[in-house]
Amino acid sequence: MWADPSRLTLRMADPIVITEGITRSFGDVEALKSVDLQVEKGSVFGLLGPNGAGKTTMVRILATLLLPTAGRATVDGLDVVTDAEEVRFRIGLAGQNAAVDENLTGLENLEMVGRLYHLPKDEARRRGRDVLDRFDLSEAADRPATTYSGGMRRRLDLAASLVGRPDVLFLDEPTTGLDPRSRLDVWDFIRELQQEGTTLMLTTQYLEEADQLADRIAVIDHGTLIAEGTSDELKDRIGGEVLELHVEDNADLAQVTETLAGIGTGEPNVDVDSGSLRIPVGTQGPTALLDSVRRLSDTNIQLAEIALHRPTLDDVFLSLTGKGAEDGQESQEGQGDRPKRKGRKER
Amino acid sequence: MSAVTTTTQARRAPHGVVARASLALTDGLVVARRNMLTLTRVPTVFIFELVQPIMFVLLFRFIYANNIANLPPGLDYVQFLMPGIFIQNAIFGSTTTAVGLAEDMKTGIVDRFRSLPMGRSSVLLGRAASDLTKNFLLVTIVVAVGYLVGFRFERGLLAALGVVLLALAVGFTFSWAMACIGLSLKKVEAVQAASFTLIFPIVFVSSAFVPVAGMASFLQPIARANPVTVWCNLARYLSSGNIAILDPATKLPVDTFEGLLVKSLLWIALLLVIFVPLAIRLYRKLD
Repeated sequence: MWADPSRLTLRMADPIVITEGITRSFGDVEALKSVDLQVEKGSVFGLLGPNGAGKTTMVRILATLLLPTAGRATVDGLDVVTDAEEVRFRIGLAGQNAAVDENLTGLENLEMVGRLYHLPKDEARRRGRDVLDRFDLSEAADRPATTYSGGMRRRLDLAASLVGRPDVLFLDEPTTGLDPRSRLDVWDFIRELQQEGTTLMLTTQYLEEADQLADRIAVIDHGTLIAEGTSDELKDRIGGEVLELHVEDNADLAQVTETLAGIGTGEPNVDVDSGSLRIPVGTQGPTALLDSVRRLSDTNIQLAEIALHRPTLDDVFLSLTGKGAEDGQESQEGQGDRPKRKGRKER
Repeated sequence: MSAVTTTTQARRAPHGVVARASLALTDGLVVARRNMLTLTRVPTVFIFELVQPIMFVLLFRFIYANNIANLPPGLDYVQFLMPGIFIQNAIFGSTTTAVGLAEDMKTGIVDRFRSLPMGRSSVLLGRAASDLTKNFLLVTIVVAVGYLVGFRFERGLLAALGVVLLALAVGFTFSWAMACIGLSLKKVEAVQAASFTLIFPIVFVSSAFVPVAGMASFLQPIARANPVTVWCNLARYLSSGNIAILDPATKLPVDTFEGLLVKSLLWIALLLVIFVPLAIRLYRKLD
């Protein structure tokens, strides 16, 4: 992604979004704890973290919807608190829930947004049509948004965020809840926009999404920035692939751990509750898998599953914080998006 | 396609009080238009809003008419009732401001508005304006229903227009108070429950439906001080003349027309001065 290092330096020198010590609390809960970020002009910046990590809070602060408790943030050199109105001329926002008026038609929605940018009526309508066309919604332009599918609504919401031709576009979980086809469409739009020079900041729970789209990724957890870098830099820190084993009988777990000692590039993570063992194996995936199978075939241990997979959000957090992304529901949602497993089941 | 990122529009916030105020107004009109469109797209909501005041007219007109004591002498209950209904209807109608705002917050469209470089009061202004328009339709229809059940404006067209204007002003004023409830409570169900819980005693502990003189003695001072009583009495004066505001005990006028007019306008001004800035402040401080 950053093939030419000089280009990287050039862009680094031109940040368009800067946060310094951004902190936000809701009552006793600190949603963000002194987060420093820089987003280079023209780049796609991914904010990665589980539910409740503070991603949405950060986007809402940058989009002038929420005041920070402490710290400072600028967009294009303008303070999001004191120059909020000027900032709003330069940003677009597409949120988690498609913020369109369902009772209006697609075109009426976009015309309204254009008018609220103080565009003349004709210009607002023209831009509305342009953007609808771009998002393949021309045929549905004069239908009320109630008749739209979930994917169409999300596209209309994205379209609305582009009417003002923003320099910086904030996308809060732009693909959550979309079917795979619509997700790929959104990914294409994001890439296109970047090519046209728009700076994008997107939040996501999905490592794969950040990996696919973002030039740089910031990982946040419990309101704290825990890592920042390119996708490759982060993967190096996680250590490439992960070998995961599940035993039939949890009592065998210790023996498996012992048998497999020395395999992999890092400390194995043992989860007694689920009877699983996760070993970072770097780029040595196939070798580690074969090694493990060979060693375990000499024992009587019954395996429920053995598989090799790319690191997931859970692995990022395991590696960066030494614990899972989040207990319970959140981590399950993270797992829901796990990339397809390589390897195979064995008994 | 690449044209989409080139910039042609003015990208600066306007400066100067006049420029800002005129922008807030035009933005407000855009929002009002959108609210009215919504009303036409989901007509069932408006239809039920319409049924409610008609029901009030019919229930009170035909159930209470001969059961109301302390009416000013020579005044039919229908002449007493309808001006009260006009005011009550305007106040009840303002609850849609609270509910509408809560619904907009729920769908996220308020977030969309707040991320746009539009006037900070425009969403509220637009809501108050569209509810004003809707209230005008309601008042017109309720007047028509009133005429069907025997009510008449007895003091000419100008006075009749005065009644309609008064009802609209009261509705507009309550819209801002209701906006504060909507913006504070946020949840649609809570907003709905709270606004009606609040409005019922305000409207019923007044001369809207029955003369104050027959109420429990501890309620009478409250009812007399209630601005709803002042507005209803002014509307009665404009509809039927001085007789409506005679004190039944002393048979003397409780208030002069001038006194009622000044008090009515002062109440409206006072409530606007409190609730307009408060609502805008609450809107700005939304999370």
